[in-house]
Amino acid sequence: MIDLLSGFIVELRNAGLPVSLTENLDAMTAISHIPLEDREAFKYALGATLVKNHAHWRSFETVFEVYFSLRGPEYNITDGDGSGDIDDFLRQMQDAQMKGEGNGGAGGMDQLTPEELMNILMNALMNGDQAMMRALARQAVQRFAGMEPGRPVGGTYYLYRTLRNLDLDGMSDKLMEASRQQVGGDLTKLEERLERDEYNHRIEQFKQEVEAEIRRRLVADRGAEAMAKTLRKPLPEDVEFMHASRDEMQNLKKALQPLTRKLAAKLARKRRHGRKGPLDFRNTVRHSLAYGGVPAEPKFKYPRPAKPELIVVADISGSVAAFARFTLMLVYALSNQFSKVRAFVFIDGIDEVTEYFKKTEDVSEAIQRINTEADVIWVDGHSDYGHAFEVFWEKWGKEINPKSSVILLGDARNNYHASQAWVIKEMKQKARKVYWLNPEPRSYWNTGDSIVGEYGVHTDGVFECRNLRQLEAFVEKLA
Amino acid sequence: MAPRFDSVQQVRDGLKAVNYLADDGIAGVAFLADRLGKPILVEGPAGTGKTQLAKSIAEMTGSRLIRLQCYEGLDESKALYEWNYKKQLLRIQADKNSDSWSDVHDDIFGDEFLLMRPLLEAITSEEPVVLLIDEVDRVEVETEALLLEILSEYQVSIPELGTITAKQIPMVFLTSNNTRELSEALKRRCLFLHVDYPQMDREKEIVLTKVEGITEMLADQIARIVRSIRQLDLKKSPSVSEALDWARTLVLLGIDSIDAEQAKETLHVLLKYQTDIAKAAKELSID
Repeated sequence: MIDLLSGFIVELRNAGLPVSLTENLDAMTAISHIPLEDREAFKYALGATLVKNHAHWRSFETVFEVYFSLRGPEYNITDGDGSGDIDDFLRQMQDAQMKGEGNGGAGGMDQLTPEELMNILMNALMNGDQAMMRALARQAVQRFAGMEPGRPVGGTYYLYRTLRNLDLDGMSDKLMEASRQQVGGDLTKLEERLERDEYNHRIEQFKQEVEAEIRRRLVADRGAEAMAKTLRKPLPEDVEFMHASRDEMQNLKKALQPLTRKLAAKLARKRRHGRKGPLDFRNTVRHSLAYGGVPAEPKFKYPRPAKPELIVVADISGSVAAFARFTLMLVYALSNQFSKVRAFVFIDGIDEVTEYFKKTEDVSEAIQRINTEADVIWVDGHSDYGHAFEVFWEKWGKEINPKSSVILLGDARNNYHASQAWVIKEMKQKARKVYWLNPEPRSYWNTGDSIVGEYGVHTDGVFECRNLRQLEAFVEKLA
Repeated sequence: MAPRFDSVQQVRDGLKAVNYLADDGIAGVAFLADRLGKPILVEGPAGTGKTQLAKSIAEMTGSRLIRLQCYEGLDESKALYEWNYKKQLLRIQADKNSDSWSDVHDDIFGDEFLLMRPLLEAITSEEPVVLLIDEVDRVEVETEALLLEILSEYQVSIPELGTITAKQIPMVFLTSNNTRELSEALKRRCLFLHVDYPQMDREKEIVLTKVEGITEMLADQIARIVRSIRQLDLKKSPSVSEALDWARTLVLLGIDSIDAEQAKETLHVLLKYQTDIAKAAKELSID
């Protein structure tokens, strides 16, 4: 047990979770107080002692599943028809393989035709029958995934194969149809929506069962450590903007909201504290009354420094679009921390998009409009920093004043156009600060057509901004 | 000291008896906290019953609840202890002539002149107590250090008096709305519990237990609508307490089953931003 646990903790650390030695010891003590056969309690005991940040919970769950998925009675691999040992399981899997996509064979569900299987699944989903859904997930994986021991493909391949055969997308419509019949007549729009959400929720559950089943089988085949390695995903704050998948981007967006709240609180706090202001005479006298008129406790006025003005100039060409969108979202979510925020986007032409954000409260809607409406293409739609900056300077340059901070976003891959770095130099003289955020790893800077160094010398700092953590650190510095 | 709870199930049943419906995670962590003698750091969205958990545990175990509300600028004179200066001053003035200096010196730093603040009160209490340190994320990082000694050793050091150790280990809950990252030192000393919006079934149960005179059917509808609304991308998702307010509103209005029209008219109880209300109404096709 101790071996297993320390392996588990090493894996958690590999996944990026900060697990300290005391926490490790706490976990050991904690599990001695709970019945080991209770899997849920076991999980929460480990979770409460080892994971101290909710954003890390998903990573914890994945590692937990991998390490402890083969334990617990209800998680036996074979479905009810025998002992759960690995040999048996492998034999079964080979059986299933020989059968191919066809059917036949022995025992319970194996005899069903795919149509019958689909019907059972539909019924189970309709009634929300958990046990049935789990059994079906197992059956589906066994039948459709075509898993072979030692086959070097990832779990997503099996998942795809299984789900393709089940046609879950059509399932939701079929279920809706069935429930309409059940009621006998049309549902109101509200009811319809609620029913649909309910079914989608159940289908999602079923998908998770399938996924878990595949994972269990893979772990049985390859062993926990190898499996954990392939499943290792970066924590949300470490995901790179430039390479984020759609799912990861969704997660990032979710992480954004608590982050902005945190940053806003921090920035406000920072502004209020630190330096002391002049003596607050009224307040001091008021407090002196407690000491019989002796001003023992001098009170000071807090300084109220002006909020900075922000000008964001972002490259939104393909390669860095995700990063630019994300930064704009963050900046606008924080806009009440700045006296004014203006946003410009460019590819080879440049356009002001401040208005888009003003009209709507919904930042993602504004971003959507930027993508479709902003006039950012001048000649060919390939990044041309030089031209964009030149136009910016001509049109809006005089509006930069000593209160404004300018943030330039982009990888400075200029497609070998003229750099026009003098614009940045001029900018620096007029503005409070000029920063450049580059979403590329530092080692790629100034390679190929990247000329970030050429611009960088004129700024107050070029920052590598590959992930949320770095972006957060930068914004904090800004205000 | 004897543990308060025998099993996770007992915690769960006990909480249920005082109208708090805990899930496995909540009950499990509360049980462990008691066994390990560690504080619980409860985190999660606003209005999911973090503070209520501490209150319910206190009620269930028959302990006194001592609450320390944190805010910016909280310091040790408000959290731990303070010397009663005025009384000390009086004491010195009362017998200016009689006592020698050393007598007075020893005397004015005695228990009599010590003003107990919540943290000290919690550990010196003879009877069982539950200590709730609410919204701990509101204090500055430096102030957090105040809490460390009491959280790990259950003791308070007062320079003039020495160290005061707890007579009994209280159950300690810290709640946080996560407006800033708490320090590693604090997190390490606590068990971590994230309380999220409940699953639909549990939410329905909560509505049923907390709202008087509600029908099962209405509770079910409420739970389902609330779940659908939470899936939308809103500025502020409806919390459990808002869902309860909504349920109470509907009961007061004498509604047994919500239709689109009624939902639309009462949606402002559930959602607090005009854009959110418009969005939800549109999404649920009740516009």
